[in-house]
Amino acid sequence: MSEILARLEGVSRIYQKGKEKVEVLHELNLEIPKGDFIAIMGPSGSGKTTLLNLLGGLDKPTAGTVTVGGAELSAMSNSQLSHWRSTNVGFIFQFYNLLPVLTALRNVELPLLLTDFNSKERVKRASIALDIVGLADRAKHYPRELSGGQEQRVAIARAIVSDPSLLLCDEPTGDLDRETADEILRLLQVLNREHGKTIVMVTHDAQAADYANRTLHCDKGTLEAKEAA
Amino acid sequence: MKYFRLIWKNAWRKKIRTSLTILSVFVAFLLFALLSAIGFAFRGGVDVADAERLIIIDKVSLINPLPMSYMNRVAATDGVESVTHASWFGGYYQEPRNQFGQFPVDPQSYFDMYPEFKMPAEQFEAFKRNRTGAVVGQELAKTYGWKVGDQIPIQATIWTKADGGRTWEFQLEGIFSTDDPRGSTALMLFQYDYFEEARAFAKGTVGWYILRVAKGADPIQVAKAIDLQFANSPNETETSTEAAFAQSFTKQFGNIALIVTLILGAVFFTLLLVSGNTMSQSVREKIPELAVLKTLGFGDRTVLGIVLSESILIMLLGGLLGLGTGWLFVQGLAKGMAAFLPGVYLSPAALAGGVAMMIGAGILAGIFPALKAMRLSIIEALARS
Ligand SMILES: Nc1ncnc2c1ncn2[C@@H]1O[C@H](COP(=O)(O)OP(=O)(O)O)[C@@H](O)[C@H]1O
Ligand SMILES: [Mg+2]
Repeated sequence: MSEILARLEGVSRIYQKGKEKVEVLHELNLEIPKGDFIAIMGPSGSGKTTLLNLLGGLDKPTAGTVTVGGAELSAMSNSQLSHWRSTNVGFIFQFYNLLPVLTALRNVELPLLLTDFNSKERVKRASIALDIVGLADRAKHYPRELSGGQEQRVAIARAIVSDPSLLLCDEPTGDLDRETADEILRLLQVLNREHGKTIVMVTHDAQAADYANRTLHCDKGTLEAKEAA
Repeated sequence: MKYFRLIWKNAWRKKIRTSLTILSVFVAFLLFALLSAIGFAFRGGVDVADAERLIIIDKVSLINPLPMSYMNRVAATDGVESVTHASWFGGYYQEPRNQFGQFPVDPQSYFDMYPEFKMPAEQFEAFKRNRTGAVVGQELAKTYGWKVGDQIPIQATIWTKADGGRTWEFQLEGIFSTDDPRGSTALMLFQYDYFEEARAFAKGTVGWYILRVAKGADPIQVAKAIDLQFANSPNETETSTEAAFAQSFTKQFGNIALIVTLILGAVFFTLLLVSGNTMSQSVREKIPELAVLKTLGFGDRTVLGIVLSESILIMLLGGLLGLGTGWLFVQGLAKGMAAFLPGVYLSPAALAGGVAMMIGAGILAGIFPALKAMRLSIIEALARS
């Protein structure tokens, strides 16, 4: 675990709220080794989502540099970032964010529409991703026909279908009951251990954090390592 | 196109709303089809006019007859290949509302002049042999159910016979058709010789002349030469192309084209409001999903394209349905109205114009919502959801 996948150096993020400036992240430094599984905890509004957005190339720092897999995101244009996201990072949200008009399979296929794969190849790859999350038999179901846990699995399949090295999860179990949450967390663990995905997961749930290799605490714009008990 | 499924499914997210929007597009393009076809009839076949045919009328008025003696003088003019003539009979069949064009003509030279009118050779020969024979176009024969051999009485409104009678009896010797789908065949032709001999007045005259310009001759020069020839005579002439003639003939109907344009303008303005509203609602509902697409790496232009395509798709669905239904209507209408308004026709140009309007309206209705989707900030949209 020596190779560094992502590095934040002196990263600040200041939001302008009317006349007021809010510094959400303050001169943050962070190294994420390849294959790591990090949980980030902290009170609401402490900048956890902002941190994920910076790591995923959805947002740019006010100061400092963000480097992921050798690409300096903080120096890229919006369209470069857009293209970069399509192959390098997978996002998993609290409320799954599936497209209700598409079946599970077609939701998973979405990121592949941006590739040169033909229709057959896309369906094949989407099916494999669904198989990995254990939902091969739900391919033709629409999100409304799935349980919350199943929806989140489809979202995970969508996040891994283009085989990115980094997965960013923003409270992935925040909307699920304990049992289902544990299933999802075990799945993330499998993706980390067996498929080599580097995972950064924001969570409020101390039990969820136990699935990670280490936990960082986010508060008042800074991160602190908090060794697992 | 790989985004089609997404666009299609998005379009049908709210089935009732989409159906209603499509219905309004449908109605607009149905109207467009019908009004275009009727407008075509009012333009009086200007589009089918043959540039090599010139029409000679009296300079003062179309209804003033020209002397028969002009025939040979026109034929002898440089650049004239052939000449024929026709006159306006203006009668009706059984009832005054059954009006259509009836023209006394010289059969051989008339049909030589209009090669687009086709008829079996034996029918044509029979027509030439029978002094009181007549031929009608297919459209007309269909309207009144006439067959070859039928006796057709026509009531004169202008041309009383020398014996005081107003009923002219004809035997139907032939039925002609045209190979030009735009040309009307709602007309009846009969022998000028019979007309000339039997009519009570205006003998020795014809309504107008039609001439064909010789290959290589300039139609404008020929027209000038003819008008010059008859200048300062009791019947000065005005020679123009068939198209110009058709146009002046139909000015009597007032500016139908303008009215048609105004109606369509109002319809399409409403259509844009309705579908523009549908599209902006559609985008508003989809903001979190559009943000997700962008998160996955869909570029700004791709998102713009997806929203615009949805708008165009809805226009095409309703529009093509409307044009198609309109086309079917026009087929029926053309038959039903052949007697009053020949030449009702939905031209390929009108169809192509309709499709172009669908795409244009789709872009107009969708462009602002699409730009909004394109400029959407991922972080803000996701934070809100
Ligand atoms: N787009 C934005 N504009 C202004 N302020 C923002 C924006 N996004 C987040 N913030 C503010 O930044 C702070 C951190 O937000 P966030 O990273 O979402 O926190 P967390 O995910 O830890 O709850 C909050 O106070 C929030 O109000
Ligand atoms: Mg958050």
